[in-house]
Amino acid sequence: MRTFVTQQLRPAILLLLLLTLVTGVAYPGIVTAIGQFAFPSQANGSFITVNGTEVGSSLIGQAFDQPNYFWGRPSNAGVTPSNPAGYDGTASGGSNLGPTSKALIDRITASVDQLRQANGNAPIPVDLVTSSASGLDPDISPAAADYQVARVAAARGMTPDAVRAVVARHTTQPLFGFLGEPIVNVLELNLDLDGLLTTKS
Amino acid sequence: MSMPDFLTFAALLAALLLATPILGGYMYRVFEGERTVFSPVLRPVERAMYRIAGVDETVEQGWKGYTVSVLLLALVSILAVYAILRLQAGLPLNANSAPAMSPDLSFNTAISFVTNTNWQNYSGEVAASNLAQAGGLVVQMFVSAAMGLAVAIALVRGLVRRSASTLGNFWVDVTRGVLYILLPISIVAAVILVWQGVPQTLNAPSTITTLQGAHQTLSIGPIASQEAIKELGNNGGGFLNANSGHPFENPTGLSNFLEMFLILLAPFALTYTFGRYAGKQRQGWVLLGAMAFIFVVGAIFLMHVEANGNQLFPAGVDQALGNMEGKEVRFGSAVSGLFATITTDTSTGAVIAMHDSLTPIGGLVPLFNLILGEISPGGIGAGLYGMLVIGAILSVFIAGLMVGRTPEYLGKKVESYEMKMAMLTVLVLAVSILGFAAVATATQPGQAGPLNAGPHGFSEILYAFASQTANNGSAFAGLTGNTPFYNVLGGIAMLIGRFGMIIPILALAGSMAAKRRVAPSLGTFPTTGVIFGVLLVGVVVIVGALTFFPALALGPIVEQLLQNAGKVF
Repeated sequence: MRTFVTQQLRPAILLLLLLTLVTGVAYPGIVTAIGQFAFPSQANGSFITVNGTEVGSSLIGQAFDQPNYFWGRPSNAGVTPSNPAGYDGTASGGSNLGPTSKALIDRITASVDQLRQANGNAPIPVDLVTSSASGLDPDISPAAADYQVARVAAARGMTPDAVRAVVARHTTQPLFGFLGEPIVNVLELNLDLDGLLTTKS
Repeated sequence: MSMPDFLTFAALLAALLLATPILGGYMYRVFEGERTVFSPVLRPVERAMYRIAGVDETVEQGWKGYTVSVLLLALVSILAVYAILRLQAGLPLNANSAPAMSPDLSFNTAISFVTNTNWQNYSGEVAASNLAQAGGLVVQMFVSAAMGLAVAIALVRGLVRRSASTLGNFWVDVTRGVLYILLPISIVAAVILVWQGVPQTLNAPSTITTLQGAHQTLSIGPIASQEAIKELGNNGGGFLNANSGHPFENPTGLSNFLEMFLILLAPFALTYTFGRYAGKQRQGWVLLGAMAFIFVVGAIFLMHVEANGNQLFPAGVDQALGNMEGKEVRFGSAVSGLFATITTDTSTGAVIAMHDSLTPIGGLVPLFNLILGEISPGGIGAGLYGMLVIGAILSVFIAGLMVGRTPEYLGKKVESYEMKMAMLTVLVLAVSILGFAAVATATQPGQAGPLNAGPHGFSEILYAFASQTANNGSAFAGLTGNTPFYNVLGGIAMLIGRFGMIIPILALAGSMAAKRRVAPSLGTFPTTGVIFGVLLVGVVVIVGALTFFPALALGPIVEQLLQNAGKVF
């Protein structure tokens, strides 16, 4: 038995090394080469550049609380006393609060009060009071955008219809009508409202 | 649950049923050493690997030799990953300055990736270097998945061979699994993911100033290459903490569809491979039918309850989108429920929504999938060997008891030795899940883990040991798992769940291989019909339910009743 085991030890060690070369070096290398060549923007994080400066990634949400911007979802990514809004790109994650958690219900109730003060008493779309899985959700639902149109229009001195037109430009429908949900990209929308988005349609 | 959600589910099932015969037949040819489309490129690589490693591909192994090889590769792998994680701070390609992992965390993480579990008590953004992820963890994502494939194929060979003493050569099976099956599909899938927006770079994380003037550091890295094998290999270990819920791991509806497809692809196709080996495709379709039935029922239930929202949320919240806590807008609540079902029907454990925040009775679905031992359709390889042993062998035995005949499967008599091995796999799962959960519930370091109070806290503990024993890796992630107590117990649970299954199953395979084939008679219970499929579902669900009902009643079931009564904790 002992010689049998030692005989098998050689392939165990050497095959692991060889498979490491194949799957740990060649494989990521090939994918990196193809990705960087064919899709350089996506492969490097889908960054949005304004006047030569990176202002964020179109895939990663940012914290917004000023009245002239559309607000994204509550975030649980890296929430600390010095960063109460979350959206920390190095600390993705959800609240993990259970469905019967008092902390969850209290947090949502507080969000409701806050949103009502800023937006009036219309029913609040649920995505604006629930924290996302990643804490970095870049999107809100079209209903959640619509809910905020009056506030943003008033803060910017625009008509609601003018704001709605900008929202429509950053609303994406599901692929083939069913893959994914209708979404509004909050960062691109706010950049557009600021007149900073030049190339994005 | 709306029409688009139904269409997503229907399109997924259609794509899988189309792919099943294609990949299933291909896998048969790969494991039987036949020439395939990739042979001109890969065959020279394969032969060179055997030459260097000293493997004679013409020599087959008996079940003991096969088992020793499995265990040795696992042991060497655990030591290698452990060393990388302990030393990563000083190794190259550490763009995010990850410090060395602690001994207990390295122990848990190394076992986790070698056993195909991918339970993660660390956050990838800050706690693992690019070298550790791409060169250590991703390698095990391939190797552990190929190990599952190899063991499944060895069991199938044992079932169909007559008076044979060998099951194949493990080194050959594992090498072919990586080279011919996992690698080509992963490359294609990873490139599609990059196209959809998943980063693939070795550059360091980048810090930007946001529109409102805050600083935000964006974690990038070789994410797409890990994401593809993470789903295809049923691993589930995310490059980033939020896993597939993170927009950098899963940016669009299309990427999400591809990831769900990849998770189910190999487990579906393996049933066809099995039919091919058995010489009758219906043998495989029956298994797939039983697996898919459990999967579809669970998925529709979970999609439905998540889309219905949480009645404890305050009035004034419009819950048209369903229970969105811990979910992403681009996926929606119903498809998040579908993904949660898929990831726990297999041994994947990737998540696009936080399972901890599912509705109480919704959270029962993933938990139930785990305790069934993941056979609907189960992990890569592990699903097939689990279903063949817990399902098929046990079912023919029970059918045999009812009519008073020696049970047969594929023309082989199932006798007391086989039943002992089959029951061992059932009991090992139950003892590990319930035993460790009981220890954690009764001791101070265990009680310190849960985030949530009330029955949900117990669910977090039960889920942790069910997930690790079943080699899944998803979590009710509120549990604080990075403590010596949970790291060490979880590591042991993962070893028990993996090798407590594999060893008896290979023993059973060896015993079945040695048997003669008996001609079917009038009294033979046919294993190709609907009745057998119904029996399979019944046996699997009843064995699981009887074993675990008391524990489930204390967790999600009582929590749902209390939620109905409006109680919060």
